[in-house]
Amino acid sequence: MEHFRNPRNVGEIPDADGVGSVGNPVCGDMMTIYIKVEENRIADIRFKTFGCGAAVATSSMITELAKGKTLDEAMKITRKDVADSLGGLPPIKMHCSNLAADALHAAIEAYRKNKEVDR
Amino acid sequence: MRKIYMDHTAGAPVDRRVVSAMHPFLEATYGNPSSAHSFAQEAKEGLKDARSSVASLIRAEESEEIFFTSCATESNNWAIRGFAARNHDKGRHIITTTIEHMSVINVCKHLTKQGFKISYLPVDKHGIVDLKALETELTDETILVSIMYANGEIGTIEPIKEASEIVHARNACLHVDATAAIGQFPIDVRKAGADLMTLSSNEIGGPKGVGALYSKKGTRLQPLIFGGGQERGMRSGTENVPGIVGMGKAASLTNLEIGDRITKLKRMRDRLIKGLLSNIPYSFLNGHPSQRLPNNVAVRFSFIEGESMLLNLDMAGVAASSGSACTAKTLEPSHVLRAIGLKHEEAHGSLLFTLGTQNAEEDVDYVVDLLPDIVKRLRALSPLTPKELTGSV
Repeated sequence: MEHFRNPRNVGEIPDADGVGSVGNPVCGDMMTIYIKVEENRIADIRFKTFGCGAAVATSSMITELAKGKTLDEAMKITRKDVADSLGGLPPIKMHCSNLAADALHAAIEAYRKNKEVDR
Repeated sequence: MRKIYMDHTAGAPVDRRVVSAMHPFLEATYGNPSSAHSFAQEAKEGLKDARSSVASLIRAEESEEIFFTSCATESNNWAIRGFAARNHDKGRHIITTTIEHMSVINVCKHLTKQGFKISYLPVDKHGIVDLKALETELTDETILVSIMYANGEIGTIEPIKEASEIVHARNACLHVDATAAIGQFPIDVRKAGADLMTLSSNEIGGPKGVGALYSKKGTRLQPLIFGGGQERGMRSGTENVPGIVGMGKAASLTNLEIGDRITKLKRMRDRLIKGLLSNIPYSFLNGHPSQRLPNNVAVRFSFIEGESMLLNLDMAGVAASSGSACTAKTLEPSHVLRAIGLKHEEAHGSLLFTLGTQNAEEDVDYVVDLLPDIVKRLRALSPLTPKELTGSV
């Protein structure tokens, strides 16, 4: 509830190193996560979410979990970690935490792909 | 914290005068109306008065056309299943609309498994049922048409009288679900031309757990519940006497006070609609602008999602509702909002305020002050919000 009331890390990073978007407005949830990477760690992370209370809270929570982690560590964050950190989610809302994890992983993958291109 | 309740279609308070009328039937007059002693006699009198009050609320010709049930869902089930069971020798085609309550839609779905053909009439963008389509769909096989009097989710009032003329010209019968309509405008069941009408108690200030079905004299209907033959053999089960007495009292109060209630509700409704739409950019009214229930404020806001708004409103003490997916048990947006042509993301951004006579204009103003900030905050979070809006709104 606290993460819904006062979501952390809201917004966009204009010069993000990786951007991950998942979901679509049709199913009612849509999430974009922006990451800034320094020395293989997530230095900054921001999100934007269209969705229910749980979707907002899971987005906020995953940005808190991922901040400062190495990319490999962040890739290992699961939807269960997100739900557990929030003190559990009702079954119908589990897909929201799924989305948050997917968005984070998509952002990291986008960053890695970008880097390969640069090389 | 200030608490404001604006979800009256989902559940409404019971009028204090109704509670007083029910009280003796809980504590003193607890006899079973079917018994022979004086306790039973008094209970029976209570039922009789209630039946007559409900009958006069909808201007039914006779009290005996009113049958008490456990809720509007039971009445809808009974009207459609009971009619189908008794009249399938004449045909196996039933017509309804795309915006009915689930207690009509799911009964119709069930009947398709029993060999009935169901047609669903479309509605326009305001939710008005397509009467041309009704004329086209009616065949010699059509036995029943079921159309709601008004839709509680978008507030639209349907042209029932016109529909009944079309239906009767083809010798079919008309069932009208008046759950959301009852108490919101005067209903004359004979002028409206309904053969069956579903009524609910809680919507008019009566208790939950009781409803009624009007069945015009001569309508062929099979009981849904068999047993000891209560309600003249049409609806078995010991009568919920206190509940029925409560519904009766609520009906007679509604009959007396409906004019004042409508005036008060309409004033608040229009103030709320105007306040929200003029203070929030990219906001729209769902449902019909004028053919509208006096208690219904159905609005939608682009780029954000209903449940987030509901949670924020609830934290500020305001209880409302949404047609949004996540509030229900499925993740699909409301079938009603889809039927009026809203895209998924538009339907998801909908909010529903249903007013009651206990609300005051100050409540309306509180919501008008509160909601623009909530919308602004959620839009700042949303990836769908256009850039120019996050800056200015």
